Parts: sequence; C-alpha cells; structure tokens
Amino acid sequence: MTSVFSADGRNVACTLIEAGPCVVTQVKNVETDGYNAVQLAYGERKEKNTPKPLIGHFKKAGTTPKQKVVEFRDFRVEFEGQVDLGKTVEAGQVFVEGDFVDAIGTSKGKGFQGVVKRHGFGGVGGQTHGQHNRQRHPGSIGACSWPSRVFKGMRMAGRMGGDRVKVINLKVLKIYPEKNLLLVSGSVPGPKNSFVILEK
Amino acid sequence: MSELIKFVEAEYNEVRSSFPSFKAGDTINVHVRIKEGNKERIQQFQGTVIQRKNVNTNGETFTVRKISNGIGVERIFPILSPSIEKIELLREGKVRRARLFYLRGRQGKAARIKEKIRVRKDS
Repeated sequence: MTSVFSADGRNVACTLIEAGPCVVTQVKNVETDGYNAVQLAYGERKEKNTPKPLIGHFKKAGTTPKQKVVEFRDFRVEFEGQVDLGKTVEAGQVFVEGDFVDAIGTSKGKGFQGVVKRHGFGGVGGQTHGQHNRQRHPGSIGACSWPSRVFKGMRMAGRMGGDRVKVINLKVLKIYPEKNLLLVSGSVPGPKNSFVILEK
Repeated sequence: MSELIKFVEAEYNEVRSSFPSFKAGDTINVHVRIKEGNKERIQQFQGTVIQRKNVNTNGETFTVRKISNGIGVERIFPILSPSIEKIELLREGKVRRARLFYLRGRQGKAARIKEKIRVRKDS
C-alpha cells in the first residue's frame, strides 16, 4: 500500500495491483457449457511444477503454464472479439480510471483467536468487583436445563482469518497501462504479493 | 519496499526535490495555502522541526514546533501535501537525536538549539 494526494488535496490510502497480462485459456458458451464465461490465467509457473492435464489445457490456448486460473461469468459484451482463445487481456483494456471495482482475496490468517478479537465481544470490562482472571472470556453460552445443549452457531473462539473476503466499491484512482498496474483506493484482503480477483 | 510502489511514488520526486533538505533541529518557515471561502491566501508557520516520520515514502510527515504567545504549538505537515507552497530553511541546528521531544518540557533559554557551523573545505 501507499498513498496519493487527490485533486482536492486529501491524502488517499491506496493499494497497487498488478492486473495483467492475463491470457484467455477457455471460452465457455451456452451451447456447449450451459452458460457464458471466460477463463483467464495469470502469473508464470514452471512447467515441471504444473500437472500434466493443466499443461495440456494451456497448450490448447497456445500459452505457457500459469499460476492462477479464474473463470469470469458473463464477461461483458463490449469485450467481444478481444477475448478469443489465447488472446491477452491487459489492464488498460478492461479498467478505466474512476471505475469502481470489487476485490476478492484470502484474508491474512490470524490463528486460533478468542471471542474478543474474533467476534468483537466486549470482554468483562473490569478487573475489580471480585473478578480476577476472566477479562477476555465469552461469559455464558446458554441457559440451563432447557435447552440442555449449546445452540448451533454459538460464537466461540477458534481459527480466524484465511477466509475468502470480498471488498466492494474500490475506486480505480490511476492506471499504468504499460505496466498493467492499477492504483485502487483503500485496502484489499490478504498479505502483500497475494492474489486477488478484480470484478468490475 | 516493492519496486512497483517505488515506481508509483517516483511521481512525487519533483515535489520532494523542490524543497530544501532539512532535518530535526532545523528552523524552517513553511508557507501554507489556506482556503477561506473562495479566497486562497498563504499563511506562514515558522518554527523548529522536531521530527520527520516515514521518510522517503508518500506518507512522509514532519512536525514543526513554535512558541506562540507563550504557548507551544506543533503542526504536522504531510511533505507532499499540495497545500504546502514553499519551505524555507532558515537555520540549521546541531542536535544529537532525530526526535526532539525533549523540547516540549522546556522553555526559553533551555529550549535553545546550537547552530550547526559548516566549515568550508577549500581553505
């Protein structure tokens, strides 16, 4: 992440995303697949690390093995002709400055976390009045002889993070077509250098 | 830092190089554009730099401290802010640390900073 100054002088936090070049590896349509979609691949990958069936898949599109393969349903009609098998899709073709995009990524893993961090519980809120070692505990998790069990979905401690997260309406502040870079306002899920899916 | 982020931040190099290099302990005069309704005017803020933070990033800021009517006033400026018109370096100070928070507890004579004497090398 970095920050830039907007025209009215405000400092806007923003994230730099390399959005391309992506290669079209498959085009699905209603007749053969039942729906319209475009499959894009991004990022170089060594051939020895690629499963044989995938190598064949990439060969069909006439490209080298890629790291990520993502399907986009109902790719806009305006890109007709640009999204044939084996063609390259650049950031500048799809995005325009001022667009609002959604970013989907995998959030950073936080490990096993308690209810205060994981679900925003308040904790106990004091250390006096007879309370001595339960500052961040969840408190009661249910009633007594009825229902004699804990309800499903009760919020408790557990693994946190590492989920698929979608952040919507990030503004594209700037595009560097020659480097396939997008500068979007705000933050996106996941650590640095991780993959995100951008939807317009 | 990532090469790509450096590439994006390089756009501001020109703004950065238009200012004199200054550091903590220096006395500077910052000309700030201020909008009042539709009018724009320039206000000056003169004081001692007590710290520079996040140096060489887009988020870099510096803090200027001055004594105004006997009350200490500190102002934090983002160095790339478009509202900064000009920075004048008035006096270079000789200090032994990067953050001069010790000035906050001092007044008058105790809050003085020695001037850095630059010796010419050619003689």
